[in-house]
Amino acid sequence: MKIRLLDIAHARSGDKGDTANVGLIALRPEWYGLLVEHVTRDAVRAHFMGAITGDVDRFELPNLNALNFLLHGALGGGGTLSLKTDAQGKVYSTALLRMIIEVPDGEARTSGLSPSDSAA
Amino acid sequence: MTKTVRVASGQGFWGDSLDAPRQQAEGGQIDYLMLDYLAEVTMSILQKQKERDPSTGYARDFVGAIDSVLTGITERGVRVIANAGGVNPPACASAIRQLAHSKSVSDKVRIAVVTGDDLLGDLDRLLDSGHPLANMESGESLATIRDEVLSANAYIGSTPIVEGLGRGANIVITGRSTDTALTMAPLRHEFGWGPTDWDLLAAGIIAGHILECGAQCSGGNCLHDWRSIPDLANVGYPIAEASADGSFVVMKHPGTGGRISVPSVTEQLVYEMGDPREYITPDVVADFTTIQLESDGDNRVRVSGIKGRPATDKLKVSIAYRAGFKAIGTLVYSWPDALEKAQLADRILRERLDRLGLHFDEVLTEFVGVSATHGSLAGQQADYPEVQLRVGVRSRNKGAVERFSREIAPLVLNGPPGVTGFAGGRPKTEEIVAYWPALIDKSVVSTHVEMV
Repeated sequence: MKIRLLDIAHARSGDKGDTANVGLIALRPEWYGLLVEHVTRDAVRAHFMGAITGDVDRFELPNLNALNFLLHGALGGGGTLSLKTDAQGKVYSTALLRMIIEVPDGEARTSGLSPSDSAA
Repeated sequence: MTKTVRVASGQGFWGDSLDAPRQQAEGGQIDYLMLDYLAEVTMSILQKQKERDPSTGYARDFVGAIDSVLTGITERGVRVIANAGGVNPPACASAIRQLAHSKSVSDKVRIAVVTGDDLLGDLDRLLDSGHPLANMESGESLATIRDEVLSANAYIGSTPIVEGLGRGANIVITGRSTDTALTMAPLRHEFGWGPTDWDLLAAGIIAGHILECGAQCSGGNCLHDWRSIPDLANVGYPIAEASADGSFVVMKHPGTGGRISVPSVTEQLVYEMGDPREYITPDVVADFTTIQLESDGDNRVRVSGIKGRPATDKLKVSIAYRAGFKAIGTLVYSWPDALEKAQLADRILRERLDRLGLHFDEVLTEFVGVSATHGSLAGQQADYPEVQLRVGVRSRNKGAVERFSREIAPLVLNGPPGVTGFAGGRPKTEEIVAYWPALIDKSVVSTHVEMV
């Protein structure tokens, strides 16, 4: 079953130099496991391929049902150097929420997701 | 009843709501009002102002803010802590002193000024004595851009602010203290937390992190269930109601708009975060993976369980330097074929820049409405009602940037059809002030607290 992150998470992002951070927060505690399992560092790196020039780091915050991602080389030099509309990475959060993950049907049912949540 | 202390946030940056400080001081009982004015870029703007006029270089909005909360300060004992001093805390203090005098409350206003963060005058001595102030991202020595430096300030922790409060100040003005120290200092002062009470200090820092962006934790810029967040026009700024054990409740005044909930506070916690286990400040290293949040009633979120570790022996230094020029021009293309027209205009513009022999460090084209914020992730629609062409250039050569600015307008008459949105005139050529983060040994930075 295909699930769009927007339907199971919310997010906020900001900047640190030329790096954007995206905090990804499960909308329900029982969906945190889906984020941990399917929103891997590799998956996020692939999602942003071409949009960032550096690597991706991922950190887990189970206490907040959240993951934090650092997207390096995301801001065209960062802050005042950047020519981008989103020079401070404020909307990388919603760009991540576009991502679609493939969750096995059994796992989706265990997590309380129904076919109506499917992004397919 | 166990003692609690209320620290209210009234500014998240220089440019934030002018009414927020007064709303916080008058909307209900608070003990401290914390006003954060400084961002990385703000310091260099203030430094430029000070170069032109030595009596400036601080956040002028602060004078109006103090004017609006004088009753709270003088009659209800609300104490104010602000990093409004920017690159000139003494000048900021004398502006406040003058204000108090003009309102005949001079005897009731006791101001502490914290200095010592400004390293601009010491840079050569520091470089000569083996402090490279290397860029934390690139590793380059500051020597490579030494001549372009506009400002250099160490991030100061909570200790001098605590000293100012201990000496009886009801207004504490700092320069580049950390945003979080402004909230933590009154808690240290009230509860007597020691400099090695790592868990308690970490709790104070996290309270500061939640409060430092003003209404961004109480419903502003909140994605979670944003349609149902009430009355943002009257948004309540956050307040930390703290206890001596390091737990605190994030709340706001009754009758205000916005929303404080576990999701809204969580969004603020993850904002501008790096490694959550290592949130490094001059006072303590806080561990965000230990934070426990729970709802504590209407618009109240309880925060507890926070752990901290000993601080490092370094301070972060924020250095601003001149790094060339940039300009950004825009034109709007309308249906039909809006994107194709904007793309053709971009090709024409770039060809003209080439023919003129102009060279830039970067030329960036975005199609606003199509790919400006989400890039190729957004995909493309069949047809757009309008697309904004947005082209930016960056160069050390000011002349090249200025020449670029003159190549946008002609496209209105000699480029693709269906174009508008040029009423703002030629794009402005701006000097770029870039940011250079570095570390320095704590031992070479000394702060001073003066009552004025």
